[in-house]
Amino acid sequence: MFSPPLSESHSPAAEQAPSDRMALEVSGVSKAFRVGNRQIEALRNVSFTVKRGVVTGLIGPDSAGKTTLMRLAAGLLLPDAGSIKVLGHDAATQSLAIQSEIGYMPQRFGLYEDLTVQENLDLYADLQGVPKSLRPARYDNLLQMAGLTAFTKRLAGQLSGGMKQKLGLACALVRQPPLLLLDEPTVGVDPLSRRELWEIVYRLVQEQGTSVLLSTAYLDEAERCDEVVLLHDGQLLDHGDPKVLRESLRGRTYAVTSGAVSKRALQTHLASSPAILDALIQGDHVRIVMEQDALPPQPGSLLPNISDVQINAVPPRFEDSFVALLKVKTDPATMITLHHTPASHATFSVAAGTAQQVITVQNLTRRFGNFSAVKDVSFIVSKGEVFGLLGANGAGKSTMFRMLCGLLPPSSGSLRVAGVDLRYAAAAARARIGYMSQKFSLYGNLSVVENLRFFSNAYGLSGKRGDTRIAWALQEFALTSSADAVSGDLSLGYKQRLALACALMHEPEILFLDEPTSGVDPLARREFWRRINALAEQGVTIMVTTHFMEEAEYCDRLAIMASGEMLTIGTPAEIKLQARSVDLPDPTMEDAFVGLITSHEAQGAAA
Amino acid sequence: MNNAQMRLLGLIRKEFLQIVRDPSSIAIAFLMPVVLLLLFGYGVSLDSEHVPLGLVVEQPDADTASFTASFGNSRYFSSVPFRNTPEAVDAMMAGRINAVIVLRQDFARRLRQTDGAPIQLVVNGVDANTARIVEGYVTGAWGKWLEHTALQQGQTLNTPVEIVNRVWYNEELESRNFLVPGLIAVIMTLIGALLTAMVMAREWERGTMEALMVTPLAMREVILGKLIPYFILGMGGLALSVAMALWLFHVPLRGSVWLLFATSALFLLTALGMGLLISTVARSQFIAGQLAIITTFLPAFLLSGFIFDINSMPPFVQAITHVIAARYYVAILQTIFLVGNEWSVILPNALALVLLATLFLGLTRLKARKRLE
Repeated sequence: MFSPPLSESHSPAAEQAPSDRMALEVSGVSKAFRVGNRQIEALRNVSFTVKRGVVTGLIGPDSAGKTTLMRLAAGLLLPDAGSIKVLGHDAATQSLAIQSEIGYMPQRFGLYEDLTVQENLDLYADLQGVPKSLRPARYDNLLQMAGLTAFTKRLAGQLSGGMKQKLGLACALVRQPPLLLLDEPTVGVDPLSRRELWEIVYRLVQEQGTSVLLSTAYLDEAERCDEVVLLHDGQLLDHGDPKVLRESLRGRTYAVTSGAVSKRALQTHLASSPAILDALIQGDHVRIVMEQDALPPQPGSLLPNISDVQINAVPPRFEDSFVALLKVKTDPATMITLHHTPASHATFSVAAGTAQQVITVQNLTRRFGNFSAVKDVSFIVSKGEVFGLLGANGAGKSTMFRMLCGLLPPSSGSLRVAGVDLRYAAAAARARIGYMSQKFSLYGNLSVVENLRFFSNAYGLSGKRGDTRIAWALQEFALTSSADAVSGDLSLGYKQRLALACALMHEPEILFLDEPTSGVDPLARREFWRRINALAEQGVTIMVTTHFMEEAEYCDRLAIMASGEMLTIGTPAEIKLQARSVDLPDPTMEDAFVGLITSHEAQGAAA
Repeated sequence: MNNAQMRLLGLIRKEFLQIVRDPSSIAIAFLMPVVLLLLFGYGVSLDSEHVPLGLVVEQPDADTASFTASFGNSRYFSSVPFRNTPEAVDAMMAGRINAVIVLRQDFARRLRQTDGAPIQLVVNGVDANTARIVEGYVTGAWGKWLEHTALQQGQTLNTPVEIVNRVWYNEELESRNFLVPGLIAVIMTLIGALLTAMVMAREWERGTMEALMVTPLAMREVILGKLIPYFILGMGGLALSVAMALWLFHVPLRGSVWLLFATSALFLLTALGMGLLISTVARSQFIAGQLAIITTFLPAFLLSGFIFDINSMPPFVQAITHVIAARYYVAILQTIFLVGNEWSVILPNALALVLLATLFLGLTRLKARKRLE
């Protein structure tokens, strides 16, 4: 049988037969997995197509089914029902043909960490059958694109997260594939590396007509795609042009400020209004999305009891449309728990200067051998403040956190938490702090109640007091109906809720949150932050690490870290202001972050 | 060079780079064999030497002196004199001595009577193995002494049957001579099964297997890409072990060195088959390691006849040993080293290895799928 050579599959899409215009055709695909005695439906009757020569984003929170879909398309899994056609081949029966044609980068980049950059490239060139004569030019091209020309002899394990990501991409591209599958390529890498990856992807599409399917949990990345496929809980939410999806909400998005009341109290008021679909703190204002048939908001009708209210129309964002879609799909039971969070009494915010200093960090340094994970960092956090540490993986956030929790002694500098010097009385300070991590350190095979009991015992709450706190946690976090469920079987949002409940059993004065909402869906994230805001209003100090730009906006103040150093500290508005220029009149947090990192790296190169 | 060859060579090159750079591979492939060989070659001995032996002589005289002297001269015993039986019994209860010989006060008188003089031997039977050896040694030493005494008196000892011992193959009864060849089976199991199962699981753990699968590689090539490097590594381990056995421990090699390497290659393929089969089910290094230790390494140690004689095992354990590849290899190794090219032993055992290698490698090929589930 005659088949055309691979290189000709790049020809413009318009000249091809209709069915060939699609890089990927997913029809009626379902896939379930068995984990222990639990059946997980990863994908439920999903159908969509991916066009040739464009970037399609597969967008959804963790456990939406993105990775399963990628693996099905790569022929690594077989669907339970339905079929997938990749570049005209059936993924179930012709998987080797697909695997020989496409480029694929799995979640952890698929690199051999004990091989050098060059050796990794050589291996993939051998595996992909790239002729030796074509290699030098190809390598030059890829290394330049990835910015790795100077690092060919370095072991892949010693590269930064962003460099690994680009090397993984280079390895997937070594034979110029017509279709590129990227599974969460931007997770955990800094915003600058994320931008560079997007530039590479666009260059591929423009110069070589490559089709790209890229999955991500970052909703802000959706706007960079030509097309998006929205997945939630194994189901297709929507499919189309992200700009069209976004524009469907034009005229319904506003920024609300008030000089009389704190932004958190303002948000609480707004969120309880039936005319408002979504209310979210965004730096110094509250961003609202109106319900579909609601009238444009007026200060008098929306917030009759609050003075000095200003409402300005703002352009819609992609996340607004995702939240709107999700709210329609989400069953009312979940919505009840969303509104269940008790509204705290509106209190006036306390000025930072006069407030009690809860965390004092001075010239803090932590070295591991001759590597400094944290370099000369100083800051102060006041009572009731939400303070964020923003940085990429490896920026020093976790080391900073471990020192603040008294788990790791500093090499030099001083550190006071809740009035206690951690050098001398780490245990005393730990009794007054709560800690919740992204990995939800729960006992997966214990039930919800057993987890709560364990943590209350661990904090020394026993007898009646322990029972009272467990009853409070079940009630407050709407966990009563799932009290006897095994916590490992809970959904991500519920696990997060339980983890927060466990961290709050002993009523801590300070709460440490380590990447608390990465990967959870936007509704669960909103619910979580509503609780956190209520706690802050009650005087609990919140310290949060994140690499999520969105989450940074919820903080009162934040510090941006890169390679162990604190680049800047201030309110979200102040930090964004630093990046303001003629070209960027209204910079985002990401713009600010990228600007800071670029100038920091330029300084490093100059020094 | 066609694409398939290029892919396979690329995989093999990658594997060797990883072996060279990963300290744990080096440790399992080269350090462990050396440590095990030194430990078993020098440290562990199944021979009993310098057994502490209590001697109770109730009435010392010339006869008892010549009898006790015969124990004092032996390298198997170090004798401890006691004046009376209770003291010796106490010493044995305290574990200071392993056996007691009692010569009654009428020893010299009854020695000259026709019914002979009784000697009492009490052996600590807690360690049954040592007890039997001590019993045998004492009987032997006593017989020697009797012969010697008779000769001195100008008589020949008249016994109806005389036992003349000839030890074949391991003339000096050095346990090292059979431990060291047997150990090679353990070392080859380590490299072939444990190391291979672990490095395969590492590919799953680190997500590199997923990336490998979305290339034109066929599963057959993935298997060969592991088989070839670790086969070479295993043969390297074999060469190292044989060299140490011959020149450090002076174990005799009476068969052909080529036959040794050929049969070892067969066993190595079996071990690699087991390692790769484990990796088709175990996708974390922890599970792969545990599985490999329980199903390959421990049986090679305990059920192969390397230390413990298979014939003295209970029948159902003996039945189990038939599926332990190391059993056949240990038999081959001990034969080639100590006996020679004895085909009646080597052929059936080699045939068993061929069958097992085909079984394990065939199952691996059937079970290995280019899929993640």
